[in-house]
Amino acid sequence: MATKASRSAARLMMAPAVILLLGWMLVPLIMTLWFSFRTYLPLRGGDKGWTGFDNYVRFVTSSSFWPAVQTTLIIVVGVLIITVVLGILLAMLLDQPMWGQGIVRILVIAPFFVMPTVSALVWKNMFMDPVNGLFAHLWRLFGAEPVSWLSDAAMPSLIMIVSWQWLPFATLILLTAFQSLDSEQLEAAEMDGAPFAKRFFYIVLPHLSRAITIVILIQTIFLLAIFAEIFVTTGGAFGTRTLSYLIFQRVLESQNIGLGSAGGVYAIILANIVAIFLMRIVGKNLDH
Amino acid sequence: MARSVSPRRKLINTTAAWAIGLLIFFPILWTILTSFKTEGQAIASPPIFLGFDWTLENYRTVMERSNYGRFLWNSIIIAGGSTILGLIIAIPAAWSMAFVPSKRTKDVLLWMLSTKMLPAVGVLYPIYLLCIQLGILDNRVALVVILMLINLPIIVWMLYTYFREIPVEILEAARMDGATLKEELLYILTPMAIPGIASTLLLNFILAWNEAFWTLNLTAVNAAPLTAFIASYSSPEGLFFAKLSAASTMAIAPILILGWFSQKQLVRGLTFGAVK
Repeated sequence: MATKASRSAARLMMAPAVILLLGWMLVPLIMTLWFSFRTYLPLRGGDKGWTGFDNYVRFVTSSSFWPAVQTTLIIVVGVLIITVVLGILLAMLLDQPMWGQGIVRILVIAPFFVMPTVSALVWKNMFMDPVNGLFAHLWRLFGAEPVSWLSDAAMPSLIMIVSWQWLPFATLILLTAFQSLDSEQLEAAEMDGAPFAKRFFYIVLPHLSRAITIVILIQTIFLLAIFAEIFVTTGGAFGTRTLSYLIFQRVLESQNIGLGSAGGVYAIILANIVAIFLMRIVGKNLDH
Repeated sequence: MARSVSPRRKLINTTAAWAIGLLIFFPILWTILTSFKTEGQAIASPPIFLGFDWTLENYRTVMERSNYGRFLWNSIIIAGGSTILGLIIAIPAAWSMAFVPSKRTKDVLLWMLSTKMLPAVGVLYPIYLLCIQLGILDNRVALVVILMLINLPIIVWMLYTYFREIPVEILEAARMDGATLKEELLYILTPMAIPGIASTLLLNFILAWNEAFWTLNLTAVNAAPLTAFIASYSSPEGLFFAKLSAASTMAIAPILILGWFSQKQLVRGLTFGAVK
């Protein structure tokens, strides 16, 4: 087994990655913490000194805080429900024998590879434009008044765009889980006369539960941080300002660094709560 | 899975799956088609699906007008540079964790993963400030380093899961025969690890190519990659559908093609080996 020499060599080989990540984590984190306790307005007088927890209190008591929390929750939960439910159905379908399975898989996965700014712009202009968008044409075809999607129904539109981007991810992972399902067990249940619903809820769903949990956790972490989609479509207007977009605006647009940093600390805490659950599952998997 | 079903059932499956697949793919298909239309045909009512005069005019206009080449070059440098730099740092780390594991290996791996969970917006200003003070705002090298750090946990994890599948017995046999650490790395591990390294490279190139938080916030002109190029097509230029489509197609085409090769790695890379 490993000798003493190879152990210290191994430690040396790990060092660059560990040191870099440690620096990447600690330096900005400490700076954010530091700024969050100060009144810091680079364009209006610079660093005006220590303010204690003022920024933390002001961030949560500002009128834009709760709407932003609500928006964030609606987007995350909305996209999760859509992608997980449709993902299960789609994975179930793709797991069936058919002609051209490989090509269908490619078609379904493709949106995941489209860069966020492209998908946001394509949806915004070519589909949701109230005059020339494809939806407007479709609405007129049925004699309906075209909708200004991104101003009158901004949240559903945004959820749709983001769901389109993430459905492939959910489908692909659930499909991988489906493929490891013991088909003999299913066939046995079918022969014993178990109806489809029973087979689904007692055999398929329990088998998928781990994959579903992982999809939910990973997507939550990414969805809490969506940026480009909002930046390009609404710029945070029409009730689409999420918590991370609010922080972005405080930091870069209104240049209130103290306040934005306090918001950043909240975002970091929130993401860590989700991350702990994800780590538990991933960690358990490392043991066997 | 080879299950036998009736041809009728198979036909139903096929029809349903193709219909849904095409529906999901439609926005991409529509973008590609529109990029070959004239601006007039792009907004024609009712929309024209295939029967238009195919033209390459939009591609020519976009290339002339916007210096597309520079954005593309920046994307290649940033995505490629960060991936390669990440691999250089991650390969030794993942190797040592997979073959000389210690009690703390698991903790180190999980800790690395936790750095990936840090929300970018939470550290936006510190990074922004550091870039200004070091004079590397709107600089390609800065983005190479930042994207490398963002993806380093994923790179280490992917490599680790691949390396762990290499049987240790082979290594032990080589050690018995008196192979040095260097020989072990060069002649035994590297050839067996190449498929895993290639997959990691591919997936991380894609992730870095599509990254749109740091690339939008830390670039202006010089270092702006394709994500920023497209964001600049926000109104009013975005209303020129044909040109927007041409620009979009050029930005996503290389990655769509690479992506098709990396489906399987996608699952492994993004679930940290938790779903196989």
